[in-house]
Amino acid sequence: MAELLFWPALIAYGEAAVAYVGVLRRPALATRLAIWGVRIGWLAQTALLIAEVLRADGFPWSSWAGALNLFVWFVVGAYLIWGCSPRYRLLGLAVMPAAAVLFAIAGFGGSAADDGSGLFVAIHVGLVVAGFAGFGLAAALAGLYLWQERRLKQRSAGLLRMGPPSLVTLDGLAARVTVFSLGSFTAGIALGFARGHELDLAVAGAVAAWLVFGSALLLRRELGWRGKRAAYLTLAGFALVALLGLPAGHLG
Amino acid sequence: MRVTLVGVSHHGAEVELRERVAMRLEEAGSVASALAADCGEAVCLSTCNRTELYVAHEDDVDAQAAARSVLLEREPELASALYRLHDEAAALHLFRVAAGLDSLVPGEGEILGQVRAAFEAGATGAVLDRLFRQALYAGRKARTQTAIGESPSSVSAAAAALAQQVFGDLRGRRILLVGAGKVSEQAARNLLTRGAEIAVVANRTVDRASELAERFGSAALPLERIEDELVRADVVVSSTSASDFVLTRAQVERALRVRRGRPLFLIDLAVPRDVDPAINELDGCYLYDIDDLEAVVAESLGARRREAASAETIVAAEAEQFRSWQASLDVVPAIASLRARAEEIRRGELEKAEARLGALSDDERKAVESVTAQIVNKLLHLPTVRMKLAAAAADGVVYADAVRHLFGLEDER
Repeated sequence: MAELLFWPALIAYGEAAVAYVGVLRRPALATRLAIWGVRIGWLAQTALLIAEVLRADGFPWSSWAGALNLFVWFVVGAYLIWGCSPRYRLLGLAVMPAAAVLFAIAGFGGSAADDGSGLFVAIHVGLVVAGFAGFGLAAALAGLYLWQERRLKQRSAGLLRMGPPSLVTLDGLAARVTVFSLGSFTAGIALGFARGHELDLAVAGAVAAWLVFGSALLLRRELGWRGKRAAYLTLAGFALVALLGLPAGHLG
Repeated sequence: MRVTLVGVSHHGAEVELRERVAMRLEEAGSVASALAADCGEAVCLSTCNRTELYVAHEDDVDAQAAARSVLLEREPELASALYRLHDEAAALHLFRVAAGLDSLVPGEGEILGQVRAAFEAGATGAVLDRLFRQALYAGRKARTQTAIGESPSSVSAAAAALAQQVFGDLRGRRILLVGAGKVSEQAARNLLTRGAEIAVVANRTVDRASELAERFGSAALPLERIEDELVRADVVVSSTSASDFVLTRAQVERALRVRRGRPLFLIDLAVPRDVDPAINELDGCYLYDIDDLEAVVAESLGARRREAASAETIVAAEAEQFRSWQASLDVVPAIASLRARAEEIRRGELEKAEARLGALSDDERKAVESVTAQIVNKLLHLPTVRMKLAAAAADGVVYADAVRHLFGLEDER
């Protein structure tokens, strides 16, 4: 059953990714197709996760493939909540192709565990992965900010044609997503320490990422580090997460 | 009923000629009423780019002559610049006008309101009412289904659109106006319509600044104190006649230290420039001078022209619909006569049978009425539909004549 649900989700995410690429040629039609792809894919993936939970006796996503699957679900879910609209179609172009590829890797790279883990692992992994997903989305928003900021500075051709969200909107949204994600991430790693998780490279990387994102928010609040500086810090934090392979390394 | 258009526009007449036949709305309404008294229906559309008379009349030669004389009485030299269009061509022209496809700036939005005002002031009947309603619909459809009206078509609109790229919603954003001239005022007005507020007007002579500030309900400052407001402003619009920079990099750098990362959008409309171009290198500052804005306008006009092709398809389809409707008018009298004759026969036969039907109850009598009416309706339904179809295919008059001949309706023309 779970395997059968993988394909509709993958096809829908793939369709959304291709449609977002098509936004550059036919914005209105491609955006409509992409948004429906995201919605259908996310519902199918939700059904897939439910089927995996029902099959396992406990929390089934403590393997790297399972964690990656959950990560994609959180990323797309967050995108659906905060950005899945025609105004944010360029964010979709940044998020959905990556989400489709990661989902495929998770699906072909392994499966959810049949035996499952206990409640503690479920909460710990759920919170950490939700945090990672939010950081990913914030990084996509920061990337879009830097791209648009550069175009405005350079007075690029076609400045008004693509209609991305304004700089202030992108900056504010990235900060809000980071606040939510850092909360979830902090609770997740605190739980890990509370249960005596050993200090290894993955944990050190997680703490370093926490410090970067935490500093970004603090500097924003205290010294008014917005815009470009905040975007660079967000990207640096996410690069740390991605380079150390934290979602898989920490959980696998 | 034929539709005739006689008019003059920016395509064939210089402004010196056009202004002599331009009319205010009330005057256009009076002209339309006077023409309608002679011709049947009339609407006068007069804008800065055109004056056009639309007339619906049984005799298009008379209608055309009457409309021509209205315009030539005002300006005899206009004769060679006048154009005349009829029926479908006139409809297509009006639909293109309403969609902004005949304007100097393709897709400009003002013309749709002007067409509506002319229609409301006109003396319309069934034909022009339908024509103008469909024109308004075509104009709206072209704008909503294409991007012809989306991109800015003037320097001030481009400046406002770029400010929105930085801030999104402009409501509550503070504008610092540097210079109290017409140019900066016009740019500021465009920002105002999008919700921004003119917070301060700074000028070399404070009296001029106060005058303008009073109109916007804002404060006035001398140029020397511009830095005070720079800390709070979101958008700076500058257009003075100063020969040196009014705003330097050092001034903006000092302001940025206390702005806590808030972006600053600067519009320099002056030549020579008022704002040091090096300010654009500062983090969070976006500076556009007149050349940058004109480049944005030129590009967006190009985009509008590309969208115009799609809009042309929309108005052409609407013009075709109007043609079909107008053609169906040719057969309406024949259909009406045919139905009246059939009803007359039905009533006559029922009266003849009165003696035999006298014994029927009210319900039975109603049933007989209903059955006979249904028979007549069913018999006439197909010929009616076929005549309307034939009218749409331009054979309507032939069919209508055949029906009149076959059913002996000639006297009822």
